[in-house]
Amino acid sequence: MPDPIISIQGLDAHYGDFQALYGVDLAVEPGQVVAVIGANGAGKTTLMRSISGLLKNKADAIRWQGRPIGALRADQIAALGIALVPEGRLLFPSLSVEENLIIGGQLGRKGPWNLARIYQLFPILQERRNVPATALSGGQQQMVAIGRALMSNPELLMMDEISLGLAPVVIKSIYEALPDIVGEGLSAIVVEQDIAKALSVSSHVVCLQEGRVSLTGGSGELSRDEISKAYFGV
Amino acid sequence: MTNLTVSRSTPASTIAMVALGTAIIILFAAPWWAGRSELRLLGEIFLYMSLATLWNFLAGYAGLVSVGQQAYVGLGGYMFFAATIFWGLSPLVALPIAALIGAAISAPVAALIFRLRGAYFAIGTWVVAEVFRLTFAQISALGGGSGTSLPVSVAQSLADGRDAREALTYWLALGIAVVVIGAVFAFLRSRRGVALMAIRDNELAAKSLGIDIWWTKFTVYVVTAGLTTLVGGLIFLQKLRISPDAAFSVNDSTAFVIFIVVIGGIGTLEGPILGTLVYFALRETLADYGTIYLIALGVVAIAIMLFAPKGLWGLIRGHRGTELFPLSRRVRGLTEKGQ
Amino acid sequence: MDWINAIIQGALLGGLYAMFAAGLSLIFGVMRLVNIAHGDLIVLSAYVALTTSVGLGLNPLLALVIVVPVMAGFGYALQRLVLNRTMGDDLLPPLLVTFGLSIIIQNALLMGYSADPQKLQAGPIETASVNLGPITLGVMPVMVFAIAVAVIAGLQWMFYRTALGRAFRATSDRQDIAQLMGLNRAHVFGLAMALSLAVTAIAGVFLGIRTSFDPAAGASRLIFGFEAVIIGGLGNLWGTLWGGIILGVAQTLGAKINPGYQILAGHIVFLLILAVRPRGLFPRMDG
Repeated sequence: MPDPIISIQGLDAHYGDFQALYGVDLAVEPGQVVAVIGANGAGKTTLMRSISGLLKNKADAIRWQGRPIGALRADQIAALGIALVPEGRLLFPSLSVEENLIIGGQLGRKGPWNLARIYQLFPILQERRNVPATALSGGQQQMVAIGRALMSNPELLMMDEISLGLAPVVIKSIYEALPDIVGEGLSAIVVEQDIAKALSVSSHVVCLQEGRVSLTGGSGELSRDEISKAYFGV
Repeated sequence: MTNLTVSRSTPASTIAMVALGTAIIILFAAPWWAGRSELRLLGEIFLYMSLATLWNFLAGYAGLVSVGQQAYVGLGGYMFFAATIFWGLSPLVALPIAALIGAAISAPVAALIFRLRGAYFAIGTWVVAEVFRLTFAQISALGGGSGTSLPVSVAQSLADGRDAREALTYWLALGIAVVVIGAVFAFLRSRRGVALMAIRDNELAAKSLGIDIWWTKFTVYVVTAGLTTLVGGLIFLQKLRISPDAAFSVNDSTAFVIFIVVIGGIGTLEGPILGTLVYFALRETLADYGTIYLIALGVVAIAIMLFAPKGLWGLIRGHRGTELFPLSRRVRGLTEKGQ
Repeated sequence: MDWINAIIQGALLGGLYAMFAAGLSLIFGVMRLVNIAHGDLIVLSAYVALTTSVGLGLNPLLALVIVVPVMAGFGYALQRLVLNRTMGDDLLPPLLVTFGLSIIIQNALLMGYSADPQKLQAGPIETASVNLGPITLGVMPVMVFAIAVAVIAGLQWMFYRTALGRAFRATSDRQDIAQLMGLNRAHVFGLAMALSLAVTAIAGVFLGIRTSFDPAAGASRLIFGFEAVIIGGLGNLWGTLWGGIILGVAQTLGAKINPGYQILAGHIVFLLILAVRPRGLFPRMDG
């Protein structure tokens, strides 16, 4: 088994007095897509915020290529090559589409992704590159959010609920782009509420329930019963 | 069955209220046991305590951070002078009249500057104070830019003899401190006070509970302005002389007051009282150092804000939430049930 | 003719006020910080220029080469070491900390330079003037106005055309997501304050050349800058220039009626505009 690119062990997370994660373990190997599933409030977004440095952790709870990174700031984590497509897209409203993409690449990390490649992946964005990012439709905004994360040429791409609030046809077109993205050899963590979607894109799945890992295994090996038990806790 | 009861007082607060009552009686008797200069100092302490309590009410409870309260201090001084000199009112009548005028003027001012948010509101209040200062500097009947003195006859009408006058001025200062602290305490315990604290904790949630935020803050602003005007009148009754620069001084009426509240603990009733005592202790020992003393005040205020934002009272009360003024409601009987 | 002359002088004065305002506007735009010590920092810049120009025998205009980087460096350090610790949802800590800073600067200047008014001596350019028909224009006021326009155009360009401006706007929009782009918020805020104080330094030097100043002169400069920001509309740099001009014209017209009304007239026009157009004359469209 290859060494994981990122390994999380015994991760706790708190919002004030409220504890949102309890001893979460998770590992991603190079080139692997791991799906994180779970009901609303299970702690999926908290997990993403912890990994990306928006929530403070114990240093050795998160290791990147063996190095403890849990206590780093979000901008330091980004510089390592970890990018997040946040839930709800959260584009910069005073920046145009193209500026949103450029600022995603402002760290200057080398790699296959640049403006031209993003426009090739999502041609509609090139057409609309000078409009304010938040003037786009939901699906197009999601493309900008994904493009913005890719522009940093990450080694680990985390996508939090990218299908939330989008029409099925739009979701389909975004997921169709996924093989192209992962084909570049990067690893990914995909957070989804849609279990079928999550299983179809991932090789490994982790289910969260009330802040704890309730199930983990190969995406093709878990039965429906196991998953729904881990998902709903019944 | 356990009996759950809700009460506000705690043993600490009951003891404190008894001690406070005793202190007020002893302080009331000060003209008989204190010398002239101590009496003046005590009077000044009570006036600053009142200003600090009022500023804290505005900034710490209503979130209206004003750096322009000197507008009302100065207005109070000038209205008091005008009422006694021009209208021939007795000083004891002129003071409440000045307070009413201050409250009346503050209403349209509030309507205007409430359009500014947060820190811009703060500077807006300063502009208003400057407008007041520049306006009074134009009124030649009150001495224009160089100011005027309170006629001897007005001072004499207060009481017979210098000792009696100074005792009365002192009692007025003590009285205003008791009235101001009592009024703020009563307001905070009332329905409106609960609404105010709800707004402070979460404006959105308070709104959804049907609290009229604008109206609540407006009331606080006007009440504070009226009482600040009253304090201002007394300050210049004590000083016997007024000029625009002294009356509307941002340092004397606002900077020191903010320092007092920050060092004592903003957003508590105890903080401004404690802060006033600390401030005067510092001033009486260090004021000879002049500008260095002021620089030190600034440094201490910044350090407190950075490292102990709840002030000295916050450090003293710690996590137990000790309150000398019984404000918070506490549920009793829960711990017995839990065990 | 006198009246037209007063209006023109007021408009030129407005350029200086716009520079007072631009620094305030910049840090408010990037980090929602209102710096109560802003006026004192303007006056501090004038004193730094005084010391460098007297000490090195430089013309104060040349002293800008020293004053601007010194103030920018001071701004960066101030933000990183002090003000960043106060940034958050609660507006009270930054307000009170900058208020404390204001008192410290004023009294430190009082100790170092006494309360006597000072002035920067820029030489013959101060009194040079050109005649345009019946109107006489001072070279210095025109130059100050031109520099104000250049400063605002430069800030506008920086904000909308450069990587730094993008970082400022992104941080202003969403601080946490900007961190995900690899922007260190503490550093971005430091740069914003550095830039604000660089503009402040320019404003301070020209203030010192145009009028005399003393350690207590900061408060009214803060207020003038603030009034120009609100009149022009929050977050609109060109609006800030207009705000400065309107304020300057109101003051010179007030002074024309009665010298005692100069400052008062400016405040009253500000309050009137606040009453009629609370969002300023040129509110930002996307705000």
